[in-house]
Amino acid sequence: MPNVPDLKFSDVVPEPDERSVIDDLVSVPPIEEKGERWVLGGIARGQEARHLLLPGLHALQDTRGWISPGGLNYLAEKLQIPIAEAYGVATFYDLFQFEQPDTEGPLHHVCVDPICEMGNSASYIAELRSKGHRVHESPCLGQCERPPAAFVQIKGGDNRDMTEATGRSIRIATADPKRLLRRITEMQDIDLESYERHGGYQALRLAIQEGGARVIEMLKESGLTGRGGAAFPTGIKWEAVARQETSTKYVVANADESEPGTFKDRVILENDPFALIEAMTIAGISTGCEKGWIYIRGEYTTATRRLEAAIDEAALAGRLGQGILGTSFRFDLEIRCGAGAYICGEETSLFNSIEGYRGEPRSKPPYPTDSGLFGQPTIINNPETFLNVLEILTYGVDSYRSTGTPESPGTKLFCLSGDVAEPGLYEAEFGITLRELLARAGGGVGELQAVLLGGAAGTFVDSRHLEIPLTFEDVRAHDMTLGSGAVMVFSTKVNLPSVLARFAKFFRDESCGQCVPCRIGTVRQHEVLTQISRRGQSPDRNELLHDIATVMTDSSICGLGQTAASAVQSAIRLGLLEKSDT
Amino acid sequence: MTLTASEQIPISLNGKSGTVQSGATILEAAREMGVEIPTLCWASNLTPANACRLCVVELEGSRTLVPACSRVCEPGSVINTESERVALNRKMVLELLDSTNDLSESPELQALIDHYGADASRYDEPSTMKDDIKVEDDLFIRAYDRCVLCYKCVDACGDEAQFTFAISMAGRGFETRVSTEFETPLPESACVYCGNCVGVCPTNALQFKAEFDLRQGDDWDPQRQTSTSTICSYCGVGCTLDIHTQDNEIFKVTSPSDHSVTAGHLCIKGRFGWQYVQPPTRRPSSPDMSS
Repeated sequence: MPNVPDLKFSDVVPEPDERSVIDDLVSVPPIEEKGERWVLGGIARGQEARHLLLPGLHALQDTRGWISPGGLNYLAEKLQIPIAEAYGVATFYDLFQFEQPDTEGPLHHVCVDPICEMGNSASYIAELRSKGHRVHESPCLGQCERPPAAFVQIKGGDNRDMTEATGRSIRIATADPKRLLRRITEMQDIDLESYERHGGYQALRLAIQEGGARVIEMLKESGLTGRGGAAFPTGIKWEAVARQETSTKYVVANADESEPGTFKDRVILENDPFALIEAMTIAGISTGCEKGWIYIRGEYTTATRRLEAAIDEAALAGRLGQGILGTSFRFDLEIRCGAGAYICGEETSLFNSIEGYRGEPRSKPPYPTDSGLFGQPTIINNPETFLNVLEILTYGVDSYRSTGTPESPGTKLFCLSGDVAEPGLYEAEFGITLRELLARAGGGVGELQAVLLGGAAGTFVDSRHLEIPLTFEDVRAHDMTLGSGAVMVFSTKVNLPSVLARFAKFFRDESCGQCVPCRIGTVRQHEVLTQISRRGQSPDRNELLHDIATVMTDSSICGLGQTAASAVQSAIRLGLLEKSDT
Repeated sequence: MTLTASEQIPISLNGKSGTVQSGATILEAAREMGVEIPTLCWASNLTPANACRLCVVELEGSRTLVPACSRVCEPGSVINTESERVALNRKMVLELLDSTNDLSESPELQALIDHYGADASRYDEPSTMKDDIKVEDDLFIRAYDRCVLCYKCVDACGDEAQFTFAISMAGRGFETRVSTEFETPLPESACVYCGNCVGVCPTNALQFKAEFDLRQGDDWDPQRQTSTSTICSYCGVGCTLDIHTQDNEIFKVTSPSDHSVTAGHLCIKGRFGWQYVQPPTRRPSSPDMSS
């Protein structure tokens, strides 16, 4: 191999097992001699394979339980990524450790966000520690229906969330008529045969028959909007990418579900993985994308395994790859696992994360439909949004629009957690009131104090808002948000100022640190809220919170900072902080 | 309508109509129209990082404020750089920084803090950016308690100037720091000591060792300082050097950021190779040291 002194790496060497996992993962030789006077190395070579950085980091972490200097150096050299940059990327993620742990035992990540705190995470943590286990206090793990939630990182890579341990105990309630969750409640097995028996791949056949233009037309007529929180019209997004004349475009599923109180995508991916695969394939053939990426939360191990198995099965059966269903269409899917960073659910951070850069959001414009993953036009949607596409194609636009309201057609998945009788995933038509939704879950437990709609980035409501129909137009008119569909219920037993301080801590921990308003604003907001929860409210502290909220909302780069004060400010408007007992 | 690079487009800035070159950023347009917008992470010789948000302005049709340094004007853009909302946001950015960092060696930021009335004393025991000063060599020091994470040094070390990539942002959120891999000391890292990171640092977090020694010795006195322009004598490129001296002793070498050859960036020789002009030990430590 020619020695090109382009990038300087260190002299530390990897252990044999580190070397072998990286060699298995990265087949690109670090330096390629293209001719007597032409050697490809350094960042030119690195651009080809840099997207393998995140999988490489996972491989190192899984192999030895931490990322050693020798392992990182070997990975960086193999990918021709500057070693300081590789370190910068690796240290962005919570699931990677950089010091050799004292014990080889598993690392327990236990959720300490409010719902799990109410579910006694503190005593679970104490119990684990008393048994000598290592514990990391984690942000929301997306298993809010069964607090306290945990995720276990095990040396050797056999990481586990709680689904395998607890089975399918989650309460899943569909709308009437059954829509998005129909297959989940009906299918016995998660395989292609079962999926097709329950109507799977009808939508793709229809899409092939009708053509991409008609699919996009149907999406526009259906009024489908994105379910990730921003509610952007899906048909317009797909159309924008379809119109792009570049040869390479991408479809991306944003399955980095990390909004506290949200677990709908996990339930979908664990129990109906073929639906996401089919819907992404439809997006691909309808808009001219041959490659799709699924970015899935690193803590969702069950969902990842089932999705991987489903992709393999679909590919074997000619549902992915070249010549889908006997046509000339090609579509491939690749999975990328996150590594513990809420911000990577922001679409441009997600692109950076896949590409092997720090998961910092990009400045918009340009928007993903112009310049997304690898700088190419990209469709990025939430799994729930993709599932709606199947419904629209299968049942037709009229049927789809017959549910919900004219401005918010269709159904919505709501994740109910906290002080409600039956926490779980509930599908409901848009327009259901909060009171009706809570009633479906067996009603509240104890006296209702407040409900947080849309997760940590959402808005608090209280008993005065129970009759508001849950539609995009109605919540907007009341300065509320549906966000991700999280519905977290808090009874009067809960100390709300300390709940707010905990959510503020969440944003403080999860800010990427790129822009000043969010990097420092989230810290100051947390500090002031902590003071309020200990010493009570004061006009000065309220003014501070207001000013911090202003700069975060107005001047942050991305949605994380722009919504980091949303729940706090809504709580202040409702007077919920005044209930502080000191 | 397709715009060509030479086309002029109409915009409105603070109520005044004007035309600017298409492709111009709001910051460029404002400067052309005689309106100053404060910046921190922007530099004429680097691609905007959009990180500090000090240059935010109101753009009609945008829900949030937009960064003037990187947002490109569009035909008919209606921009306000002076509203109360803009002033409050800038004040808060400055206040957040001042409550976090030691900005005592950033006179331009101090002036802005006064101008916008930022008051960091409003925060009760705020967490700050603590860091021990890193003195690892005789060329420059790193004092990250002054670092505002503007990305300039990382970009200058990377693909904006030097292509050395010795440093990167590492960690996340408030714990983010500019760092080498595993915090390796600079002399063992990929650093080539071009000093271009020091050249772009806006807060003196990166500081030439000679300047650092003067300040530590309480002997720093801008009144006794001069700057002399010359051409680097090492190679045929002919970089312009500004030699900064105090009492006729060199403490720093820079190059103008608008210079057509250097764009403000130098190599180790031009930046640090001035020891032959004067003895490396500037102050005799004992009286019997003969010359």
